[in-house]
This record gives sequence, C-alpha cells and structure tokens, in this order.
Amino acid sequence: MSSPQSTRRIKVLVAKLGIDGHDRGAKVIARALKDAGFEVVYTGIRQSPEQVALAAIQEDVDVIGVSILSGAHMHHMEKLMEKLREYGAEDIPVVLGGTIPIPDIEPLKRMGIREVFLPGTSLRYIIEVVRRLAEEKRAREAETLL
Amino acid sequence: MPRIYSEDALRELEERYRRWEEEVVPEWLKKLPERMSEFTTLSGIPVKRLYTPLDLKDHDYMEKLGLPGEYPFTRGIHATMYRARIWTMRMFSGYGGPEETNERLKFLIKHGETGLSLAFDYPTLIGIDPDDPMAEGEVGIVGVSVPTVVDMEIIFRDINLGEVTTNMTINPPAPVLYSFYVAVAEKQGVPYTKIGGTTQNDPLKEFIAQKSYVFPPEPAVKVAMDLIEWSIKNTPKWNPISISGYHIREAGSTAVQELAFTLADGIEYVRQLIARGMDVDTFAPRLSFFFDSHINFFEEIAKFRAARRMWAKIMKEWFGAKKRRSLWLRFHTQTAGVSLTAQQPYNNIVRTAIEALAAVLGGTQSLHTNGFDEPFRVPSELAAMIALRTQQIIAYETGVADTVDPLAGSYFVEWLTDEIEERAWRYIERIERMGGMLEAVKKGFPQREVTEASYRFQREVEEGKRFIVGVNIFEQEEIDEIRNVPLLEFDQPGIEARMKERVKRVRAERDQARWRRSLDELRRAAERGDNVVPYILQAVKAKATLGEVMGTLKEVYGVYVEPPIY
Repeated sequence: MSSPQSTRRIKVLVAKLGIDGHDRGAKVIARALKDAGFEVVYTGIRQSPEQVALAAIQEDVDVIGVSILSGAHMHHMEKLMEKLREYGAEDIPVVLGGTIPIPDIEPLKRMGIREVFLPGTSLRYIIEVVRRLAEEKRAREAETLL
Repeated sequence: MPRIYSEDALRELEERYRRWEEEVVPEWLKKLPERMSEFTTLSGIPVKRLYTPLDLKDHDYMEKLGLPGEYPFTRGIHATMYRARIWTMRMFSGYGGPEETNERLKFLIKHGETGLSLAFDYPTLIGIDPDDPMAEGEVGIVGVSVPTVVDMEIIFRDINLGEVTTNMTINPPAPVLYSFYVAVAEKQGVPYTKIGGTTQNDPLKEFIAQKSYVFPPEPAVKVAMDLIEWSIKNTPKWNPISISGYHIREAGSTAVQELAFTLADGIEYVRQLIARGMDVDTFAPRLSFFFDSHINFFEEIAKFRAARRMWAKIMKEWFGAKKRRSLWLRFHTQTAGVSLTAQQPYNNIVRTAIEALAAVLGGTQSLHTNGFDEPFRVPSELAAMIALRTQQIIAYETGVADTVDPLAGSYFVEWLTDEIEERAWRYIERIERMGGMLEAVKKGFPQREVTEASYRFQREVEEGKRFIVGVNIFEQEEIDEIRNVPLLEFDQPGIEARMKERVKRVRAERDQARWRRSLDELRRAAERGDNVVPYILQAVKAKATLGEVMGTLKEVYGVYVEPPIY
C-alpha cells in the first residue's frame, strides 16, 4: 500500500458537548459531512469533555466538530482542550458551532479552537474548513513519519 | 350541503378564469416572467398564482368555519376574541439565580406583561442540582436555576401567586417544579383553587425534539399523566400540560409535521387518561397547547386555524367529549427562535413582529416574542422590552384585534387551512396505524421525519431556493455597531457558586429524618405504580432537592439513552 494517509477517508467526530438538547445543527452538519464523502461519528447529546476526547482518540478522527447551544461553551471548550492535551491528542483540530457571542470568538481561538461557526454559516464553508484542517493534520503526520 | 357560491356564479367564474389563464396571463409572462418557476410555503406546499372561489367550490361555511365560540372553532374559541380581552403577553424569562429572575419578572410586569413564564437552566430542565458534576458551567445560563423550594420562594418575592399566572417550561421534572410552586403559594396563603398557570409536562415531544428527556418513554408518560390527574383534582385552574409543537418545529419540522405530531401527542395523552378511568370532560378543558409562529406568514395563520378545527373534531367525534370547553384548542405561541439570524441581528425585531402578527391573526391565547439578541444569549433587558413593546403595538395600534378572525374568507387562507389540515390528517392516520404516538416515538418515526425535514431545509438554503436576508441574500460586511450587540452580562461563575452553596445549606439545615422518610415513601409509591405527585409534594416540603427527587425516580424508572442517529 502506497500512502494510507491520502486514501483513507477523512474522519470527523461530531460531538454535543454539555447538557443542552439542541441537536438540529449537529445532525445537519453530520449529514452534510457524510454527503461530502467524510466518515462521520456522531456522539449524541450530553457528552462530557472527557467522553468527547476519548471518543476522538478511540475513533482516530481527523477533526472534532463540537456543537454547543447552551451558552456554556467557554467552560466546556476549555475542559475539552485540557483533556486533549492530557491524552496527548492536541494535534486533532477542534472546531465549534452554535450560539456563540461574537466577543467570545477571540478567547476561544486563543484556547486553540481553530474555527467558530455562527448560526447561518453555509454547509459548503464548514465542509471546506473541515477538509482543509484534516488535510493539514495528515500532512503534519506524514512529515513526522519521514 | 349549503354552499356559499351559487352554481351559476361558479360556472361563470370558471369560464372567465380559464380565459384569463389562457389569454391574459401568457401575455404578462412574456413581458415579465415570474420570479420563480414554482412557489412553495416554507413547508413545501405549492402556492398557485391566484386563489378564487373556485378553490372553495365545496366549501361548506358552517361545517368548515362556523362562528367564533362555536364548533368547530376555526374562527376562534371565544365569541368576542380580542375585542373583549387582548391575548396574554407572556414573556419567557429567567437567567442566573432566583434573585436575578425575580428582578426581571418585576421589570416585565412593570412594563405591562400580563402573564409570567419561567425559563429554567439546563441542570433544572434535566433534573439535576447545581452541584452535580454534569451541571458544571451550565448553572443559570439559559434560564434560572431552581433546585429547591427555597429558590422558588425567592423568584416570587413581592409577587402574589393569587394574582398572576405562571407558565413553567419544564418536562421530566414538571411535578417537582409544580410542587415547589404549590408549596410557595401555600406559604403565601394562596389557596390551591386560586393557583393558575401551566406546566409544559409534555414528555413525547422530548423524544421527538426538545431532548431534555430523563426517563424512558413509558415511565415518562406515566409521570406526566400523574401530574395531570393530581392537578385536575387539586388545582382546578392549573393547566397541567402544554402539548407542544414549538420544539418540534424548532428542531426543523414543517408546519404540517408540527401540527400533526402535536395533535397525535395530544391524542395519546387523552387515551392514557381515559385508560386511567377518567371521564374525558373532567380533564379535556385543562389541556393546553403551544405552537411556533414561523416566518411564512399565511402558512402559520392557516396552521393555527386548522389546529382548532382538527382538535375540536378529535375531541367530539373520537372521544365523545360533551362540554364545549373540552373541544377548545387553547394555545400559547412563541415566535420562531430558529428564524432569527446572528447576521444583521437588528433585523430580528422585524421578523419577530411579523411572526407575532401571524399568531394574533391565528387567534392565539397568549404570546411570547423573542429578543433580537437571542442568536447569542438570553435577551438583555432592552431586547426583552422591545419584544414586549412589539406585542403592545400589535394590540393597541394596528387595529388587527378589533374584529374576530379577520382573514377568514380569504380564498388563499381558507384553501391553505384546508390543505394543511388534509396533510396533517394523513400523518395522524400513519401514526394511528403504528399504534399511536408512544409507539411511533419508540420506533423513531417522528424523530426521523423531523431530521429529514431539517436537512432538506438546510439544503434549500444552500442551493438558494430559500432566502434568508443577511445570510444568503443581501449579505454585508457588518459594521461593529451592528455586529457587537450589547448582550446581557452577568457573573455566571459567581451565580453558580452561590447556587451550589445554597443547595448545600438547604441540605444541611433540614429535618433529616423527615426528609429521609419522604424520599423513602416516594420510592415505594413509584415502585407500587401509584400517583407520585402527592409524595413529591411532601418531599419538596421536607426540603428534598430537585436532584434528589429525580434521582429517586430514576432509580425506579431508569434513564433514557437515545441512539445517536442523524
């Protein structure tokens, strides 16, 4: 086999972090990513930061997409990033979507969240960002293998 | 059957209409093509170029519409509607702790709101205490935290529960929050017979849409029915259930699905209560409903009118209800949160006004209007005030409340009302064939239908078949004043710490023997299959917390875990 990195389908974890039940966005995104040819694992609702981090590692995903509509994103995202570091999985890029006040975007990016999608973001754009982040991650992995 | 139009007049119109379509319209189309090849409502119902009496050929006025206050109540449940009393302006409110929410309620009352409505935070919605590890970071954000009767008492400081009615958007823990409220009223000296308000208490739509479920479907329905049964007997002015389409719609359903699934939920509850040996006319007058008012104006109005007609028919013909009130579909409306955009957020004021107008023209009994800043956070004082003022302008300036059901007789509105009804009946028949809504929910049928519809809608937006101003049409680089709406600011970590501290203090200071006994009795009642409400009331009076009561019930009933399907 020549290059498993390039032939393996991009794999994404779509996660509902926290205890809010608004799963419409997460499901629509999961479906759109699947239709775009990605492999998608959807966690279902009420996941803790630890559960999400472990799922991402076990499923060996390229990108983690988190959906939060409870306003508790600052708290949960900080915890999730901590858990990923703790498990040595900080290389997995994380994106976030939901009802996020604009002033929170900068601090979230400082935490290491790669992109924040507000309501109304087009599926096309989300797919594009996820693809780019996944490809960058694979390129980094390929480099370390050399 | 009596017809509104004479056969001769219809024949003449038919002839003229045919000529118009064949000769006049093509000329116009040549000069000026129509904007789209096909026009549809938000739910995908095709909309024709023109509606005329030909679309209502077989329309029997008395059978389809009647008069307001009379069967089938299409034109309204009251004879005089808003000429006598404007709908209740009931703003869904709550954030932080009980102290903050008490201030917000008093602010809204001062500015003319006529009913209260409590929004709870996520820990309260799923029945856990603020010091539960799962509650971390979530306390007081989307609503108020209410873990004990002590907190409920603070919410209603300086508010007499004999003089207001309160809606509580609460589901699995509904009997607990209801018991908190009843206990506070009792302490204020208000008799049970004078307590008015609503507990949402609609378990089936939790599995379909809102997803704040706790127990599996069967015990969830059992507990909800317990509350209805107990409330009917003890608090006769309380609405123990609000059968809700709102969340189903917000989760992405069409208007037709919202209507059909809500009525099918209602049918299931009626059957459950009858199976307990209750006479339909004892509880039917206390059933209330809750719908969304979305942005496709006429479709919403038609939906509300169809809902009344269908429910009256169901109660009369399926269940043999005799009292007039048993046939009424009384409903609360909330404008569509999901129609609001984070882009150009001030436009949301306009969307909300249009949706509120549709609810009024549809004959709602009470109304919540969203704050324009809600794509970001619970509304600021200013946003909530503008939303309330929107209702007041509709009520007191526009004149739309001065005559009953003013859109009746519009060829389009009547046609659309019939069409939505027809499509909703087809769904209800499918659900009936599955054995009713409880069975359909267990099979995942409405869940799948809603998921499909929400994806279809998103695709249509993506493909430019649906327009959202500021999102896929008239987009703009926003200037900071528009982008950075001043949001409600509060010290969430401080409130979370205060709530944790208070719940611990309540646990430490209570009569431990009485508390222990009350929870043991609750557990045994649940195990026996008795009505759990009186035991919950006893437990909360013994200062049992929300999390303790729900924890006790979870041990008996188990918890629901949804298969993660998308």
